[in-house]
Amino acid sequence: MPLALNEEQRMLRDTAHEFLQNNAPIDLMRQLRDGKDKKGYSEDLWQKMIEMGWPAVAIPEEFGGLGFGFIGAGAILHEAGKTLANSPFFNTVALGAAAIIHGGNPDQQQSLLPKIASGELTLALAHEESNHHRTHNIECQAIIDGDQLKINGNKKFVAEGSNADMLVVSLRTTEPTNGKNGITLLLVDPSTMGININEVNMIDSRNYAHIDFSDVNVPLKNVIGNIHDSKTLLDKILDHGRICLSAEMLGGAQAMLDKTVEYLKDREQFGRKIGAFQALQHRAANMFAELEIAKSAVINALSAIDENQDLAIPACNAKSLANDCYRLITDEAVQMHGGIGLTDEMDIGFYLKRCRISIQSLGDSGFLKDRFATLNGF
Amino acid sequence: MTNLTQFRKETSDWLEANCPASMRKPQSRDEGVYGGKKFTFPSDDAKLWFDLMVEKGWTAPQWAKEYGGAGLTSDEAKILNKEMERLGCRKPLIGHGLWMLGPALLEYGTEEQKREHLPKIARGEIRWCQGYSEPGSGSDLASLRCKAEDKGDHYLLNGQKSWTSDGDKADWIFCLVRTSDEGPKQEGITFLLFDMETPGITVRPVPLITGEAHFCDTFLDNVKVPKDQVVGEVGKGWSVAKALLVHERTMMADIEKNMPKPKYSVDDYAKNYLSIDENGRLQDGLIRDRLAQHMIRDEAIKLTQKRAFEEGMAGDFDMRVATIFKYIGTEEKTNKDTLITDILGMAGAGWDKENFSADEQTKTHEWMSNKALTIAGGSSEVQLNVISKRALGLPEI
Repeated sequence: MPLALNEEQRMLRDTAHEFLQNNAPIDLMRQLRDGKDKKGYSEDLWQKMIEMGWPAVAIPEEFGGLGFGFIGAGAILHEAGKTLANSPFFNTVALGAAAIIHGGNPDQQQSLLPKIASGELTLALAHEESNHHRTHNIECQAIIDGDQLKINGNKKFVAEGSNADMLVVSLRTTEPTNGKNGITLLLVDPSTMGININEVNMIDSRNYAHIDFSDVNVPLKNVIGNIHDSKTLLDKILDHGRICLSAEMLGGAQAMLDKTVEYLKDREQFGRKIGAFQALQHRAANMFAELEIAKSAVINALSAIDENQDLAIPACNAKSLANDCYRLITDEAVQMHGGIGLTDEMDIGFYLKRCRISIQSLGDSGFLKDRFATLNGF
Repeated sequence: MTNLTQFRKETSDWLEANCPASMRKPQSRDEGVYGGKKFTFPSDDAKLWFDLMVEKGWTAPQWAKEYGGAGLTSDEAKILNKEMERLGCRKPLIGHGLWMLGPALLEYGTEEQKREHLPKIARGEIRWCQGYSEPGSGSDLASLRCKAEDKGDHYLLNGQKSWTSDGDKADWIFCLVRTSDEGPKQEGITFLLFDMETPGITVRPVPLITGEAHFCDTFLDNVKVPKDQVVGEVGKGWSVAKALLVHERTMMADIEKNMPKPKYSVDDYAKNYLSIDENGRLQDGLIRDRLAQHMIRDEAIKLTQKRAFEEGMAGDFDMRVATIFKYIGTEEKTNKDTLITDILGMAGAGWDKENFSADEQTKTHEWMSNKALTIAGGSSEVQLNVISKRALGLPEI
């Protein structure tokens, strides 16, 4: 599996870097937060991203996509992570498009993928039901009622939950029996009667919502993948999300490492640059090493998506390392900046907060290592 | 191209016909052929294989014939190497002379020095050891103080060298000595060669925590060394030593390649030695977490080496990344050794040969001996200095 970007992917990365540094600096995030923007992203920025064709990067060419693969999407997310540029990109492409590409029937693919590629359709995955990421213990229920599924239950902390045009909802439709796991994925229009969306303000100032379903009727034809048996599909979608989120996280880690190293070269105490103190040098050097090995696990996992490999282990590798390394680097960024690192003006707090949410999203390292161990038979 | 194809065919045929079957198995730690006056071959096959390869000049394939080599081009040498790897042939001869001093002499030695020493190295007649470290000069090697006084036609040496590997088995030594105290500490160092039989030398093996004594303390007491045994310029020995360090890394990699592949992976040990609960999980949750963490990091380090190679090929490699490998690789390796002995429990802490399997003994031994990995060849702390200067551009301390 390739671990280096090809020429087109490198061009995409370099373009994304330049565009986001210029059009979506961290100040944009600050403005959105200070303005208490409900969406948590700039519509103007998203429109520019659409003009550049980014929602289409990972969509297969036969559905109006650009066929850069998820390595391409990962390169964009890595650059977006550097400035914390928020947009519907991650949830729509990494989770939503993955669901349609791998679970959609030909009709759904024909009707939905071109709309994702053109930026007309944004998606969110409504999956979590508690404070911690859980994959299969789903209680939000749906029962078949004629040609409809009737949903009752609650979803929590849905990223882009009050923004997205459509929701992909994970549901329990039967108890696990007859070799089927009872999990069904369903495409749901959030304006359907019986749906109640409550926004939740989180520390990273992005858009999250708790979503309640009360006797919500959705046509059976909206099922994505196999009814009563979509555990494998759900895992695959979540793994796409884990891997792509890791790419974004490492962008943030890179930005924080660079900023901290700059500060070590600039700040003077005790008559010298603090970067001349070995106690700080060794910690900074260790941060660099940790980031580089995490990058390799992430590009390997992105490559695994594009090469149609099993994603479970690469996703555990990528996100557990991204979790640990992003936390190490943001914590150290605060500590090495000292008191000033705790001021809102320094920007570090934005990364610290985004890091915290990213770690909790789609699995923390404890969850991922437990899964890794189980997959390896111990 | 046809010449190389033909060379490959001839080489492969010759190796097939001449390499004894027992020389095509991975070799254990004590089966290496180092040569020298005091050396005993571990087996008749090892001696036979050694003699045949010496005759071909293939112990040092790229050295010129007059230096005891075979005068192969680098393409031919690569083919020979590949074919030997493919057939699993052991190296007929290994050691400091072949891999470290030889290349340094080719670069810095006089014609007389090359003709005198290289053939004896290639034919395994003389075994070499290295005299670098001193009791007061480890990581800060350039601070070395072993004194070489100019006495007209010779130098008079006084001082002590530490960590002379196999100093008691070697015939000659290549040594760093101080010929001047003026100027920067790197500049008064000279690279000298001398016979270990020279009067005034005392060698004392130093037992290590493993119970072995591969390393020696070497005491130099009024040792006379003729001036024509200086390699390179007087006072420029540091450059020769630095060039040699590169060869040391190649040597370590080569040794690694010839070692037997581990019989079990880390998770095999866990599954074999620890209790499993009714869900097939290790009962010890902490070991389970450490094991997962180690396997994830180990894979990421391997992937980083592959990534560096691929990015290099694509012209997209950030050279700064190369500074992390020694640090992160050896730290993870020693972490792994500790993890395995923890998994083995008391079976990973045995000393006698009767009550513990060969594999258990090996793992216990590795846990101790691999502690050297984060110390030798630039300690982890020195590596972190290098990363912070070269990769991050942080100021001098």
